[in-house]
Amino acid sequence: MPQMNMIQALNSAQDIMLGRDPHVVIIGEDIGYFGGVFRTTDGLQRKYGEHRVIDAPIAEGGIIGAVIGMAVNGLRPIAEIQFADYIYPGFDQIASQLARIRYRTAGDFFTPVTIRTPCGGGIRGGQTHSQSPEGLFTHVSGLKVIMPSNPYDAKGLLISAIEDDDPVIFFEPKRIYNGPFDGDPDKPAVPWSTHEKGEVPEEYYTVPIGRAEVVEEGEDLTVLCYGTMVHVAQAAARRVEADAEIVDLRTLAPLDVDTIRKSVEKTGRCVVVHEATRFSGYGAELTATVQEECFYHLEAPIERVCGWDTPYPHAFEWDYFPGQKRVAAAIEKVLEAE
Amino acid sequence: MSRKPTLHVPHTPARPGEDPDFSYVQISEAGAVERPEINTRVRDMVHLSEDMVRVLDEQHKGNGPWNPHLDEHDLQVGLRHMLLTRLFDERMVRMQRQGRISFYMQSLGEEAISVAAAQALAPSDMLFPHYRTQGLQIARGRNPVDLMCQCLSNSRDMCKGRQMPIMYHWARGNIFSVSGNLTVQYPHAVGWAMAAAIKGEDDVAAAWIGEGSTAEADFHHAMTFAAVYQAPVILNVINNQWAISTFQGFAGGERRTFAARGPGYGIASIRVDGNDFLAVYAVTRWAAERARRGHGPTLIEHVTYRVGAHSTSDDPSRYRPRDEAKAWPLGDPVERLKQHMIVEGMWSDERHDKLIDELRDYVTECWEEACSYGTMTEGPFLDRNELFEDVYKDMPKHLIEQRERLRALDADWDGE
Ligand SMILES: Cc1ncc(C[n+]2csc(CCOP(=O)(O)OP(=O)(O)O)c2C)c(N)n1
Repeated sequence: MPQMNMIQALNSAQDIMLGRDPHVVIIGEDIGYFGGVFRTTDGLQRKYGEHRVIDAPIAEGGIIGAVIGMAVNGLRPIAEIQFADYIYPGFDQIASQLARIRYRTAGDFFTPVTIRTPCGGGIRGGQTHSQSPEGLFTHVSGLKVIMPSNPYDAKGLLISAIEDDDPVIFFEPKRIYNGPFDGDPDKPAVPWSTHEKGEVPEEYYTVPIGRAEVVEEGEDLTVLCYGTMVHVAQAAARRVEADAEIVDLRTLAPLDVDTIRKSVEKTGRCVVVHEATRFSGYGAELTATVQEECFYHLEAPIERVCGWDTPYPHAFEWDYFPGQKRVAAAIEKVLEAE
Repeated sequence: MSRKPTLHVPHTPARPGEDPDFSYVQISEAGAVERPEINTRVRDMVHLSEDMVRVLDEQHKGNGPWNPHLDEHDLQVGLRHMLLTRLFDERMVRMQRQGRISFYMQSLGEEAISVAAAQALAPSDMLFPHYRTQGLQIARGRNPVDLMCQCLSNSRDMCKGRQMPIMYHWARGNIFSVSGNLTVQYPHAVGWAMAAAIKGEDDVAAAWIGEGSTAEADFHHAMTFAAVYQAPVILNVINNQWAISTFQGFAGGERRTFAARGPGYGIASIRVDGNDFLAVYAVTRWAAERARRGHGPTLIEHVTYRVGAHSTSDDPSRYRPRDEAKAWPLGDPVERLKQHMIVEGMWSDERHDKLIDELRDYVTECWEEACSYGTMTEGPFLDRNELFEDVYKDMPKHLIEQRERLRALDADWDGE
């Protein structure tokens, strides 16, 4: 099977959908002629033309407002926001328009829009190229929110997102565009070709929205994670030789509660991990869900490992980033609790 | 006969492999554009937003009513600051390539815009920079060591490690913080100017953005508020033709100039040759006087060219002709001021070369000093507790706990 990194997998998904459905268009800053600052749309304008792969003015509010209008007029647009850190000028259009068009028109209008945006840290990008704002979007009813952790899922989930009739915010953890990253910045980078999920079919396939995946089975505790942190969690569990069940959530909203429940009922212990800040973060939702669903199976308090509650710094990146040490410490704490 | 609408996609004049084409740039003769009184009504000076104010001609002479007639000292200061900005940039780009700093953005070819403006404004005027206006810092007398320490995130970093390189600020020098998010500083500048007016002070605010950034809603917010409250503010648009890979037509520059947006809001607007130090100086001076005397805001479009890559992460040969800079019709700002000073008998090639050598040595000394306060790999480092400071004025309990947890974690895992 062909090897792809996450950029190639995302490119392939968009290529396939542009080819299959004449209503699919892509719009974003630097995405056309140039192929995107991360090259996720490389070659697509040449192949499908300037009316399907459209360079946009630098106006995130304008891009998102416009794709709502396009969607209402029958297109199936993909909007690329260059960095998740720059999505905020479009937030009003997302939270008060995109998310609610179906509801407020009783289904007479709907907006099959996919918003793709690179997120997450670990690239020395400081506070404007490192944020993980997924929690702001999972809090908005009417949005589906996805964050894949590998090329195979990225392609299959992006195709599902484009085909979905509801708006989807598709976060791409940029630190793992080129290879899995286990949280250790001192180790040489490894390419996706070393990972089984770097094998990606050339053709159309989907990965269903709303379905988590158990990426490693284990008996002693459950680690709920997504994006880059899936790889960090796996490495951390290995480091302390924990028999951990690692659940890659993949879709954050709607959440696959069944998979979570089944796992925690089995293990009785749970650690929740994300890069985003902790206070009112997505991990609070996960923790509450586990408490509600699995209280009588829990043998230890749930631990959360998150970014500290500060803006993302430039220096001290590896003190900020919830790396292996912090995840491992939480795993040990949860395992040791009586 | 009727015709169906078709989506218009702005035409980019030249892509890699094609000949550079700047025929779309409308250029006025040096000295040809009139200079209205500072209290002129907007509707009586609309043409200034389409013409191009220029002072220096092909023979390097100063011309026309906008010639500010700067004396030898002021010209030498301007030249020196432009050169220092350029050599500073050159050094920092090199340091980024060697992995000494994580990132950099140079202002090559655009130095006149920030240096002349800083010289034309009063020290108490407040500046709201973007990431390609390091010349404001240099011209206001900032020690380059301070800027380098910021780029290094070292123990003397003014941002205490919290910002990527070039996101400087200077409270004492009246220069606000550079933001990674585009255009946000435009309404800030207007609000600052409104506050000056509320307080009855005669300080002026000035802000800079690239032409690509005019597409953001904050541009329009700023224009509306500036016009409604007649705020004493100068809103500068640096039209360097490119926003990363995207040609200025995609920001709306295809049919009208960026300055032409001003009169629609009721704002005085001037388009200026951004590579002509004297013209930028004169226009800024005019706008500052207009603002200070209570006649309201001015929008200035500086026409220039981004000679370097967008940033050290960018490779412009992927989206524009390699030799495009050579075809740029407005020349180089440093070279043009230098030639003017030579023509005026104030300067020579020898003095120029000597100045370059002197400034290059100075930049090297500054770099060595900056590195003595720490580099990315060698101490002294910032105190790691800084990570948690300044989120709030007083650190709340949950941050104190997180700080302690980070400390304890290291203690637990040390010696692993
Ligand atoms: C809100 C926001 N959107 C997108 C970006 C990414 N970005 C950084 S610089 C840039 C191009 C800006 O071009 P322009 O305003 O013309 O200024 P120039 O770089 O040419 O000086 C873009 C798209 C950003 N920093 N902020």
